[in-house]
Amino acid sequence: MGLSVEAVSVRYGATLAVDAVSLEVPTGSVTAVLGPSGCGKSSLLRVVAGLERPAAGRVAVDGRDLARVPTHRRGFALLFQDGQLFEHLTVAGNVGYALRLRRAPRARREARVAELLSLVGLEGYDARLPATLSGGERQRVALARALAVEPRLLLLDEPLSALDRGLRERLAADLHEILHTAGVTALLVTHDQEEAFAVADRMAVMREGRVVQQGSLAEVWRRPVDAWTARFLGYAETLEGEQAAALRRLAAPEADWSALALRRSAVHLDPEGPLAARVLEARLDPDHVRLVLDVNGVGRLPGVAAPGSAVRVGERVRLSLDPDRLASLPRVTA
Amino acid sequence: MRRPFVLTPRPHHRPRRGTPLRALAAVPVLALVVTACGSSAGDDAAAEADTITLATHDSWAMPEEVLDAFRDETGIEVVVQPQGDAGTLTNKLVLTRDNPLADGVYGIDNTFGSRAVDEGVLAPYDAALPEEAEQYRLPGGERELTPVDFGDVCVNYDRTWFEEEGLEPPRSLDDLLDPAYADLFVTPGAATSSPGLAFLLATVAAEGDDWPAYWEALVDNGAKVTAGWSDAYEVDFTAGGGGGDRPLVLSYSSSPPFTVPEGGDEPTTAALLDTCYRQVEYAGVLEGAANPEGMQQLIDFMVGEQFQEALPDNMYVYPVTDVALPEAWAEHAPTAETPYAVDPAEVAANREGWVREWRDLVSR
Amino acid sequence: MPLTALGLFFAYPVAGILLRGLRPDGAWELGAVIEVLARERVHRVLWFTLWSAAAGTTLAVVLGLPVAWALHRLRFPGRDLLRALVLVPFVLPTVVVGVAFRQLLAPSGPLGGLGLDGTAVAIVLALAFFNVSVVVRTVGSFWEGHDPRREEAAAALGASPWQVWWTVTLPGIRPAVVSAASVVFLFCATAFGVVLTMGGLRYANVETEIYLLTTQELDLAGAAALSLLQLAVVVGLLGVSARARRGSGPVARSPRPLPRPGVRHLGVLAWTAAVVAFLMTPLVSLLVASLRRGDGWGLQNYAALATTGEGNALLVPVTRALTTSLTVALQASAFALLLGTLVAYLVSRPRRGSGAAVLDGLFMLPLGVSAVTVGFGFLITLDRPPLDLRSAALLVPVAQAMVALPLVVRTVAPVLHSVDDRQRQAAASLGAGPLRVLRTVDLAVAWRALLAAAGFAFAVSLGEFGATAFLARDDDPTLPVVIYRLIGQPGAENFGMAMAASVVLAGTTTLVVLGVQRLRVGSAGAF
Repeated sequence: MGLSVEAVSVRYGATLAVDAVSLEVPTGSVTAVLGPSGCGKSSLLRVVAGLERPAAGRVAVDGRDLARVPTHRRGFALLFQDGQLFEHLTVAGNVGYALRLRRAPRARREARVAELLSLVGLEGYDARLPATLSGGERQRVALARALAVEPRLLLLDEPLSALDRGLRERLAADLHEILHTAGVTALLVTHDQEEAFAVADRMAVMREGRVVQQGSLAEVWRRPVDAWTARFLGYAETLEGEQAAALRRLAAPEADWSALALRRSAVHLDPEGPLAARVLEARLDPDHVRLVLDVNGVGRLPGVAAPGSAVRVGERVRLSLDPDRLASLPRVTA
Repeated sequence: MRRPFVLTPRPHHRPRRGTPLRALAAVPVLALVVTACGSSAGDDAAAEADTITLATHDSWAMPEEVLDAFRDETGIEVVVQPQGDAGTLTNKLVLTRDNPLADGVYGIDNTFGSRAVDEGVLAPYDAALPEEAEQYRLPGGERELTPVDFGDVCVNYDRTWFEEEGLEPPRSLDDLLDPAYADLFVTPGAATSSPGLAFLLATVAAEGDDWPAYWEALVDNGAKVTAGWSDAYEVDFTAGGGGGDRPLVLSYSSSPPFTVPEGGDEPTTAALLDTCYRQVEYAGVLEGAANPEGMQQLIDFMVGEQFQEALPDNMYVYPVTDVALPEAWAEHAPTAETPYAVDPAEVAANREGWVREWRDLVSR
Repeated sequence: MPLTALGLFFAYPVAGILLRGLRPDGAWELGAVIEVLARERVHRVLWFTLWSAAAGTTLAVVLGLPVAWALHRLRFPGRDLLRALVLVPFVLPTVVVGVAFRQLLAPSGPLGGLGLDGTAVAIVLALAFFNVSVVVRTVGSFWEGHDPRREEAAAALGASPWQVWWTVTLPGIRPAVVSAASVVFLFCATAFGVVLTMGGLRYANVETEIYLLTTQELDLAGAAALSLLQLAVVVGLLGVSARARRGSGPVARSPRPLPRPGVRHLGVLAWTAAVVAFLMTPLVSLLVASLRRGDGWGLQNYAALATTGEGNALLVPVTRALTTSLTVALQASAFALLLGTLVAYLVSRPRRGSGAAVLDGLFMLPLGVSAVTVGFGFLITLDRPPLDLRSAALLVPVAQAMVALPLVVRTVAPVLHSVDDRQRQAAASLGAGPLRVLRTVDLAVAWRALLAAAGFAFAVSLGEFGATAFLARDDDPTLPVVIYRLIGQPGAENFGMAMAASVVLAGTTTLVVLGVQRLRVGSAGAF
C-alpha cells in the first residue's frame, strides 16, 4: 500500500503548477521525484505534506484519504534543503522536539535522541546549538529530528542540494543506508539525478507539472520515456532518425532501436571496433579521457578512452559501442 | 505615552503644556547642526536693541496685528515664547534666574506671583496704571508685576437642564453640599489644573481652616474630580461638547457666551457669581534682561487701550482697564462683585501643603 | 558621534537638573532623597507605575501579535489600508483620545454601563490602545518575509498549530517581541496624559508625580529622587530586555509570496477584526462628533477648519497648521531615519557582544526618562553660547525625530541583526566595497523595515505634541497644538472643529502611511 497520489493538480492563479499527477510510494520504499526546478515537484511535496491544498485529486495513505487531515496529524516528517533547524534549541532539543510534543518520558526521549544521533553519526553533539554546526551536520540533525517519531512517511525536499559535492556524495550514501536501516517509507524530491540514484529505489520524473515516467530505478534508467528524460537522467547524448539508424547499421546490426540514448562511456576506444572516427577534442578526467568524436557516417558523438591512452586531437581512431551503456528510446519526441 | 505627555487643557486655552517631551531628551545632534547654522534667538547682539523676547504661558493668542502695531509704534520686534502653564512658566523662570530665558514675562498669575517675586526673578518696574486697574496689583509686591487682565473662575450651570428638571440651580459653595445636587457637580483637580487650583483657593477663602471638611462633604455628595478642564467641561458637563451627565461644572465666568445656540440669543449656561475666585495675570521685566527698556515699553503697551480691548476676544479674559467689552460679554459674562481671594503670601506659603492634603482627600 | 550627542544633549542636562535637586546649595542632601523614597505615597506610585505598565504592555502584545501576523503574513485586499489605520491611534493627541475614550466610558456614554470610567482598567485599556501599533509595526516588519518552512517542518513533525506557535514561531520572533515590548513598557511607564485623563486623580505614576513636583511645586529634591528611581527601573528593564533578545540566530527569509487567508485563519482574522474595532471605536466616536452640529448633522465643522474658530480661538487656520505639520514631519522623519539607521546599523553588527547591547540601551534611555526632567535640565545646562539651544526654532523637527529615533532603531535593528553575516562577507569577497555591501545586502533585507520605520517616524512626528508645544513658535503651531487649543475652549463650534481637525489628522496619517507602503512596491525591484 503506502502513499498514493491520485490525479492531483495544484493551481497558482492562472498557472497549473501540478497537472493531474498520480504517484505511488510503496511502503518501505524510497521514491524520488526527479525534475528540473519549476517542474512542480515541490508543490507536489507540499500537497502530500498537507501544506498546500490541491485544486483536484486526492492523497491517500494505505487507502485512507488525507484531505481532511491537517499536516500535524498526518504522522509524516519533513526535511528541507537547509534543514530549518530550530535555532533556539540545542541539537538534542531539535532531535527530541517531536518526542516532547508527544510527551514522551524524559528518559525514553534521551535514549532515543542518543540513538538517533549515533545513527546519523553525531554522537556527543547533544548540547551544541545549530549555529555552531556545519552544513552537513545541520542536515544530519534535521534527519535525526525527522526520524525521531518514526514517521509513516518521510518527505525530503532536496535534502542534499545545499551541500558541497564530496559531502553530498558521502551523505547520500549515509542517507540511503540510514533510511533502509530505519525501514522508512520516503518521498524525495530533487533536481539532481545523482542524489536520486544514490538515495532512492524508485523514481518518478516530472516535467512541466506532469509525471512523464515512473518505476523502479532500473526500469526508468533502462527505458527512459523520451529523449528529454534520458538527458535529464544523465545520458550524454540522444540520437534518432538517420543518425540512429546509421549507428545501428555500423555498430549493432542485431539491435532493434530506432532512437537511443547514450552514456558518455557507451562509445569507447577500441582498435578492433566497428566504427571509424576522428578525434575532435580530448580531455582527461579522473576516470577516463573524455572525447568528442566525428564518427564516419554518424557524425559528432561523445566517447571515452582508457585513462592511460595517449589520444591526440585530429588522430583517426576506431571505436566500439557498449550495448549495456545505452538505452533505446520508445518514441521520438517532436 | 509618548508625545502628548500632556495634561488635558485648561479652560480658555490655558493648556497645560505637555511635559517638554522626552524627545528633548535627545535633541542632540541636530542641535549641533542648528547652532552651526547660528540661528539662535538670543545672541544676535546687533538686533538686540530692537528685539525683545517675551516668555508667556501657553494661552498666548494675541493676533499678529496687535504686536505689529507695537512694532510700528516703538520699532521693537517681539518674539513670543510660550513656556507652559502659569506654574511651569514661573518655575522655569526661577530655575533660569542666573541666565534668563527672555526679557520679560506675561502670564504669571496671582497664585504663582509671590513665588516669582520672592525668588528675585523680576526687576521692579512701576508702570503707569489707570486708577481702575490699581485694585488688581499683587498685594505685598514691590511693583515687580503689572496686572494686565483677570478672569473669574466660577461654577457654571446648565440652565436648560435645571429648567427641564424643574430644579432651582444652587447659588453658593455651601449649596453644592445640598443632597438635592448630589452627583451633579464636576471640577478639574487642583493639582493638575489652574482653575482647579483656583477653586480650591475659593474654598480655602470661604471655609478657612475647615476647607478639608468642606471637600470631604463635597466628595461625599458625589462631586467628580477630573484631571483637566476639558475632561470636566467637554466630557462630563451636560452642555459641553460630549453631552455628559453633570449639569454643574467648574469653569469661567466668561464661558457662558460660548453656549449661545445657533440662531438663539440667550446662552444655555450661566455662571454662579457667588462661587468665584479671581485669577489676575501679570507682566513683568526679568532681572538680568538684555533689553529691559524694550520690555518696559511693552508692558506700557499691554495696559494700553488697543491691547486691553483685544484681550476678551482673543484670550478670553477681562481687561483690567475700563475699555469697552464685546457685546456678548457685556450681556452674558458679568464678573463677580465680591470674588473670593486669598492673600498671595499665604498662597505662596501653603500652596504645596494644601494641594497635597487636597490630593489625599479626593483620591481616597 | 551619536554617543557624543547623546552625552551632551541627554546625559548632561539630566545630570544638571538632578544635581540641582540633590545639591541645592553645593552640598549633598541625600537625606531629602531618602525621605522622599520613604514616603508611603511614593511606594504606591511606584507600584502603580510598574503594574499598570506591565499590564498595558502585556495587553498590547497579546492584542497586537495576531494582528501583526494577519497584516504581515497574509495577502488580502485592503491589507495596506488596515496597516495604515492601525497606526492612527499612535498619532492622535492624548487629550483628544482621552476625551473620545471618556465619552465612551463615562456613565452617560454608550459603554457607561461597564462602570470603567476613572478606573485602572480604563487606564490599562488606553495604554494598550496607544501602543498596539508599536507591537504590530515592530513585530510585523520583522516577521514579514520570514521563511515559513521552519514552522512547516514542525507541523509535519506533529506539532499542532498552537504548538508550532509556542515552540517555533514565538521563539523565532522573540527578538522583535522583546524589542517592541520594552519600548511599549517605557511608553506605558512614562505615560502622562493617559494616566491623568483616564484615571481622574485617583491614580498617579512616577511620570505624573515628577511632572507635578517639578512644574507645580518646584520640589526638585523630590523630583530628583523619583527621576533616579525611574532611571533605575528603566536601566533594569533594558538589561532584562537585552538579555532576552540575546542568542537569536540569523533568520532565513523566503521570497515566496504570502498566502491568501483561508478558513484555517478564521480565528486570527476574527481577532484582528476585533482589535481593529477596538482601535477604531474612539476614532469613530470622533468622526461622529465631528459631523454633529447643534442638533443636526453636517460638514460645517470641516468648512470651519479654514477659519480661526469661534471667537478667534486660533492664531492661524487649521489648514495652515496642517501644512506646517506636514513640513515638520517630513524633516523629522528624514532625520530620524538617518540617525536611527546609523544607530541600528551599529547595534546590529555581529560580535559586538555586550557593547552593542549597552549602546542600544543608551539610545533607549531618552524614552524612559521623564521629559520634564530632561526639558528642565536642558533649560539650565544648555543655556549659554556656544550651546544656547533654548530657543532655536529648528529644534522642533529635531526633537520629534528624537521621539521617533528609538522606534526606528527598534524596527530596523532586529531585521539587520537577522542578516547572516556570511552574506556580507560573500558580497565583500565578490568585490563589493563596504557601501555596496550595505546597499546590496543590508538594505536589500531591511528596506521593508526602513519603510515601516519611515511611516512610523512620520506618524509620530505628525502626532507629536509635547516637543512641538514646548518649542514651537507661537505663530506656526502644528496641528496637534491647534487641536489642543480648540478643545481647551468652550463653544460648540470649537469642540466640533477640534473633532474635525482630529479626523483630518487621522486621515492624513492614514494617507501618508498608505503612500509610504505603496512606495515599497516600486522600490522592491531595485535591489
